[in-house]
Amino acid sequence: MVGITSYGAYVPLYRLSREAIARGGRGEKAICNFDEDSVTMAAAAAIDCLTGIDRGTIDGLYFATTTSPYKEKLGAAIVAMATDLKRDALTADFAHSLRAGTSAIMSAIDAVKAGSAKKVLVAAADTRMGVPTSPYEQSFGDGAGALLIGDTEVIATIEDSYSVYNEMMDVWRADGDAFIRSWEDRFTTTHGYGAVVGEAVSGLLKKTGLKPGDFAKVVLYTPDARRSADVAKRLGFDVKTQLQDPLFNDMGNTGTALPLMLLVAVLEEAKAGDRILLASYGNGSDAFVLQVTDQIQKIKARRGMKKHLESKKVIDDYKQYLVWRGILPIEPRKETVAFISAPALWRERDANLRFHGVKCQVCGTIQYPPQRVCTKCHAKDQFEPYRLSDKKAKIFTFSMDYITYPVLERPVVNVTIDFDGGGRALVYLTDREAEQVKCGMQVEMSFRKLFVRDGIHNYFWKATPLRT
Amino acid sequence: MEGIKDKVAIVGMGCTQFGELWDKGHKDLLVDACYEAFEDAGIESKDIQMAWYGSRETGFTGTQLANALKLEYVPISRVENFCAGGTDTFRNACYAVASGVCDIALAVGVEKCKDHLGGFNMDILDPFDRSMVEWELPPVSQFAFLATRYMHHYGWKYEDFKRILSMIDVKNHHNGTISPKAQFHREITIEQAMNAPMISYPLGLFDACGVSDGSAAAIVTTPEIAKKMRKDYILVKALALTNGAGQAVMQPEYNFVSIPETVTAAEHAYKEAGITDPRHEVDLAIVHDCFSITELMTMEDLQFSPRGKAPEDVEAGTFTLEGELPVNTDGGLKCFGHPLSASGLRMIYEVYKQLQGKAGPRQLKKADIGLTHNVGGICGFFNCTVALFGKP
Repeated sequence: MVGITSYGAYVPLYRLSREAIARGGRGEKAICNFDEDSVTMAAAAAIDCLTGIDRGTIDGLYFATTTSPYKEKLGAAIVAMATDLKRDALTADFAHSLRAGTSAIMSAIDAVKAGSAKKVLVAAADTRMGVPTSPYEQSFGDGAGALLIGDTEVIATIEDSYSVYNEMMDVWRADGDAFIRSWEDRFTTTHGYGAVVGEAVSGLLKKTGLKPGDFAKVVLYTPDARRSADVAKRLGFDVKTQLQDPLFNDMGNTGTALPLMLLVAVLEEAKAGDRILLASYGNGSDAFVLQVTDQIQKIKARRGMKKHLESKKVIDDYKQYLVWRGILPIEPRKETVAFISAPALWRERDANLRFHGVKCQVCGTIQYPPQRVCTKCHAKDQFEPYRLSDKKAKIFTFSMDYITYPVLERPVVNVTIDFDGGGRALVYLTDREAEQVKCGMQVEMSFRKLFVRDGIHNYFWKATPLRT
Repeated sequence: MEGIKDKVAIVGMGCTQFGELWDKGHKDLLVDACYEAFEDAGIESKDIQMAWYGSRETGFTGTQLANALKLEYVPISRVENFCAGGTDTFRNACYAVASGVCDIALAVGVEKCKDHLGGFNMDILDPFDRSMVEWELPPVSQFAFLATRYMHHYGWKYEDFKRILSMIDVKNHHNGTISPKAQFHREITIEQAMNAPMISYPLGLFDACGVSDGSAAAIVTTPEIAKKMRKDYILVKALALTNGAGQAVMQPEYNFVSIPETVTAAEHAYKEAGITDPRHEVDLAIVHDCFSITELMTMEDLQFSPRGKAPEDVEAGTFTLEGELPVNTDGGLKCFGHPLSASGLRMIYEVYKQLQGKAGPRQLKKADIGLTHNVGGICGFFNCTVALFGKP
């Protein structure tokens, strides 16, 4: 039976205290570092989801978001490259709707059921922005969730689903808008979220003949801290024991990713036999019935939601957040800088995005970036690709630059790192505390965005201190 | 294999004021440096048979030089080898003379760094890639890698190591005060250097050289012709150039407490010149102190100090004007300034003047063998020159 075979999540390290946005604000919202976006977070969640799984066995990657860095260009292809998936994997973006995450799950289920794919990875991420200081800005958080859909070693079968669509202007963002727009609360609550999620869940219960009491947990998308509780209560669920905490004080509304992330949080605590109800929202609702199998005990340890939420750095500098998001302009770079060459990006895609080095087949030396002639034994063209993105490394030496661009962070920490198992690279260190950087420090790799120039989002790998 | 030793002589040199020369273009600087060299050699521009023109970003092709000096259809090659470009320009001219294809050649380097925001154009081609994912590291951060690792490797505390680096800064600033063409002419204290704003940890403001405009030129010929032109011509004893192949950034055994390009170039140069005990045979060295750590590490890479012991020599004053082996007598890159492709020729200019006994207040008592050294680029990809000069 088709279902979820693995799960993963990503919550950025940084949290902005809501008090910093407006006095009296409660809790924290998860915020991307300046070098993160929906693509990088989706890649991180996808990689988390593939812990212990051969990446060559993945047949497809669906990327769901309302905040893709590109209006025209496939985000899933970038995520698939960072995740180092095979060339003939299915790739698609599910976009423009908060429901895109669950739409992608539905398509993945259908692909597996139809036999066109055995394992499809769904990665959803969002970095939505509310107008500065608005309630939306306070409630939105950044994050990503990933689910692997397949039909073997299923940890939670997807028993049934039911969807409704609902055309209305309740929450939207037009082309060219930076911030979310919405109609007044009374209208959107009455005829939007509450009504539509209720309709989908009721429809599913009716379709399956199940009752609220049959579920161990209910996972509902929610636009704020309490709406899902209202809906759950109205539908006959016990909020205290059944409804998954929307984690508003911990990360905020992560949009398209929220239903997936909350489901991951539930799966982390689930036991065999648990029945779970999942419902999303966004101009309609997708509702699912899942049932946890005894395979859940075999899933390998990963960061998931729990560890990602525990690992955090709270910042209370609202200005820093505004600068990171590009809302507050900073002085542009003055000196001439090099253009990015599209042919070079294409040529170097395996090195830059898959973070492939090479291993010399003659002397075994691992080297990055890929070479034609071995740095050690000078053998020509006798290399095999070697993935470095999943290797841990140690800082050999570093410098901390207080004057260079980007002024988005000071100092810029440059590190020369030696990978466990061989290979050396010079990269930036991100998500770091400058005063804690030292020679010998352990780091891991994280897919990040270096900069945007001429409309090109230039992604690459950076090192980060181990997230504990 | 024969070397270059005693096959080429310098018969004239020129060097402009270095600094922020807002009112001069690169052609003004070329004219000033070359005409000083012509006058020094007692020749005219029409006597130049071949020329080499060094610039990293100040005008493309040899026509820049041809137009500035009105050299009439003389072959001119433009040379670019980052910070080693000046010495490499000189090297090419010397090889032409040694080969016998010309009798009198001109080597000139020029740079108008201050016409660029940030000192030099960051639109750099290889080794920086076109997909722009490689660290866009300003030079200071490259050399800071070396300082960090040196501290770690030898167990230095930051404060103590910073004091050593600051002593180098203080020494070069002092030498700058008696170097009229230098960019900076003021003494600094160790405390000033230690407490200066951080540029790239662990290097601060006074650990970094000046970014400047300037030009320097040399006229080279055969020793036979040189003898007829002047008594105090200077002989080329060795010219070594090495280029990194990325080893240091790909092979973990490269330790960042030494610049292998310098080590190798020095070995080649000493062999070519027949020097076996550099610390005692070399009388002065003008080295590439783009950053204080570079000068420190270079003392070991040139075999002046044993491995890990350069700080002891710095503390002992070994490299001061009065010391056992004076280094950067003219203020070095730190105070003379660093117009990239002109710097190598400026260094040769100082050695030339010292060996001729014409270095004014900086004149050393004993100056028979002089060394110049450049290292430019990024870790693993350094371009390094070591040259040696002697009296006839």
